[in-house]
Amino acid sequence: MTVFEAILLTIVTASTPLLIAALGELVTERSGVLNLGVEGMMAMGAACSFAAAVTFDSTLLGVVAGMLAGALMAALFALLVLGFAANQTGSGLALTILGLGLSGLIGAPFVGARRDPIAPIDIPGLSDIPVIGRLFFEQDLFVYASIALTIVVAIYLVRTRSGLTLRSIGENHTSANALGLPVRQVRFWAILFGGACAGLAGAYLALVYTRFWSPGMTAGRGWIALALVVFAAWRPGWVLVGAYIFGAATVLQLHAQAAQFGVPSQVLSAVPYLATILALLLLSIRHGRAIGAPGSLGAPFVPDR
Amino acid sequence: MKADVPPSGPPLVELKGISKRYGDLLANDGIDLSIEPGEKHALLGENGAGKSTLVKILYGVIEPSAGEIRWDGRPVTIGSPVEARALGLGMVFQHFSLFDELSVAENIAVALSSDWSLSTVREKLGEISRTYGLALDADRAVWTLSAGERQRIEIVRCLLQNPRLLILDEPTSVLTPQEAEHLFTTLDRLSAEGCSILYISHKLEEVRRLCRRATILRAGRVVATIDPRASSAREIAALMVGNAVGEVRSDAPHHPQGEALRVSNLSLPPAGLHGQALRDINLVARAGEIVGIAGVAGNGQSELFAALSGERLADHPDAIAINGKPSGAMGIDARRRLGAAFVPEERLGHSAAPTHRLSENTLISHAATEVSRSGFILMNAAKRVARSIVQSFDVRTPEGDPQARKLSGGNLQKFVIGREIIRKPKLLIVDQPTWGVDAGAARLIRQALVDLAREGSAVVVVSQDLDELFEVADRMAVIHQGTLSPLKPIGEWTKEAVGLKMLGVSQAQGGAHAL
Repeated sequence: MTVFEAILLTIVTASTPLLIAALGELVTERSGVLNLGVEGMMAMGAACSFAAAVTFDSTLLGVVAGMLAGALMAALFALLVLGFAANQTGSGLALTILGLGLSGLIGAPFVGARRDPIAPIDIPGLSDIPVIGRLFFEQDLFVYASIALTIVVAIYLVRTRSGLTLRSIGENHTSANALGLPVRQVRFWAILFGGACAGLAGAYLALVYTRFWSPGMTAGRGWIALALVVFAAWRPGWVLVGAYIFGAATVLQLHAQAAQFGVPSQVLSAVPYLATILALLLLSIRHGRAIGAPGSLGAPFVPDR
Repeated sequence: MKADVPPSGPPLVELKGISKRYGDLLANDGIDLSIEPGEKHALLGENGAGKSTLVKILYGVIEPSAGEIRWDGRPVTIGSPVEARALGLGMVFQHFSLFDELSVAENIAVALSSDWSLSTVREKLGEISRTYGLALDADRAVWTLSAGERQRIEIVRCLLQNPRLLILDEPTSVLTPQEAEHLFTTLDRLSAEGCSILYISHKLEEVRRLCRRATILRAGRVVATIDPRASSAREIAALMVGNAVGEVRSDAPHHPQGEALRVSNLSLPPAGLHGQALRDINLVARAGEIVGIAGVAGNGQSELFAALSGERLADHPDAIAINGKPSGAMGIDARRRLGAAFVPEERLGHSAAPTHRLSENTLISHAATEVSRSGFILMNAAKRVARSIVQSFDVRTPEGDPQARKLSGGNLQKFVIGREIIRKPKLLIVDQPTWGVDAGAARLIRQALVDLAREGSAVVVVSQDLDELFEVADRMAVIHQGTLSPLKPIGEWTKEAVGLKMLGVSQAQGGAHAL
């Protein structure tokens, strides 16, 4: 395996959690709910998945635990913003703080433990193609699942009846309510889906990417996922592109640090985050407003009955 | 459409003793109403009389506190709009229940049951469009459509479900006279096919044109059920308002003199994605006159208002002159100091801060002149100003100095207009002065505008309500797609001419083609 191939492989690994978390948040936001708690849900997913995987010595149980933890956090958020029509920005920030703290507590007994790498799925024949063979056809299940998820989400939103209902509710919840669409019910499931995805992304970080647990290991990836949704103008295909651009930035800055360009390593570490800010800036300059943003995004919904 | 309903059967729908209580407020108080198959029934009343509450109950959006609904003679409970639609009810909302970023077909599909696919919707849409002359392009995004076209979507959406009762809530408030006439023709045809219509309005002329039976609501109660063609407009208005309504008087002679406002070749690019550009606007308002600007919503009225008030600056200072001073590059407060005053369309959030008290709300426009000094607020002065506005403009408040959002629409509108008039401005610019305001408040506001002009100020009224402009304006122009027609004395305009201009049709092209 050449160095070039190795770099490409790590880019895929770095991009996958961003992609999964951003897809979940995209669905939540298309239903009109802004959940700023991605970072917290992701941290909980990482801690719980790692704890379960070590305790039961099972990656599968770890993944399930991670998704459940994310979904549970999301359910708490849903209770606040749907049940009590609380401010979404405040509730989301609180969720992040809660998730980061709680994950540290849950993960504390497992600091120092390690998991074995999970076996990639080798598609015989195709994986022997030079350079791109291993890149495309010898990845772990999560990578394939994340690509499949992108396609499923895209089809769901544009092609299905239920997707149309979800988009309508995100676009204008007052109209949707007047037409009798189940606003809160749809939003509840969308929030839960977002939480499960964030949890899965966290599980991937802990079980595949690092294979150990340390507090705060999500390192701002939840925020990058949030920015990705805006960068992608709420379109799944663009989330895929964006996730890989940011994944590449994360990996390449590491290699740049190793190559010692004479630039302080702190500056290079900041590259992915600067790229996030730049993406948001360019986008808002070009369009003058957040194009594609669901009309009711972030607004609390109180039906008049 | 169900065509041959026997005439002697039970009424299609019967409401008995419907009440709805919100805290202390009784929005509906024991309302009885019945509608025969194929009948066009009007529901008349002022804003706040309980019309919208009643139809929302009928459509399953809100639950009644008490009362019974009978459908075909059988008692039913309508728990949600989905159940209402299943019974055969269709509703065209006053504030459309549409989704701007979705296509026409998607907007229709989302309200139908899930066995309608998008392609079936497209097909049926074409059919209905042809049958009823309701032209619609299935793949256009809703935000690109005019108000009339948007309303067509709502109507087609109902018709696709073969309704037996179609409810329309203030359907003509956003339409040109020609579009409204077109709507009436469609409704006549539906009624002839056996579909009942419940038509909600406060415009008497329309109700007389359309309906033979009208139920009049006042303060949540039925005050009368009448034949609107057998009663005079004045009698009906008296029933709606509760006391005889006077007309706006403008007896004092007026001799406009001196330019308070001159707009010369004002052009502005659109502010946002869905905005409207202003193209080469010319306008003069003289002291002592009211200048009316008519037009269908979204044709540049809010952009023009923003440019005149200084919320957006003109491209060169000479584009706008207030009392002779070039002020195109001045901010709002600088223009206020020149003697101008402004009342935007949106009451809550633009004219007034919803959660601030009335006294604090006086700061919004009076800060430039009197209730602050060296950056400090003179709270007592602000309270005094608020009190005198409340007294002079008959603002009914629940307490002494309430939050702005606690006031009803009409009372808040009286307050924000009073707030500007009490400053005795040389120039007042008002956007939609009586939008969504009850008849009593509307009359008071129009009278106040007329009085201000007669005292020697220039007033510019931007309004979608043609009756209002014909009542108060001395000269009028029509805005269409960001272009303003020349100002003409009000006597030289006819409603038909205004309607055509609102549609952007030149006189020569004639009426029939406009539709």
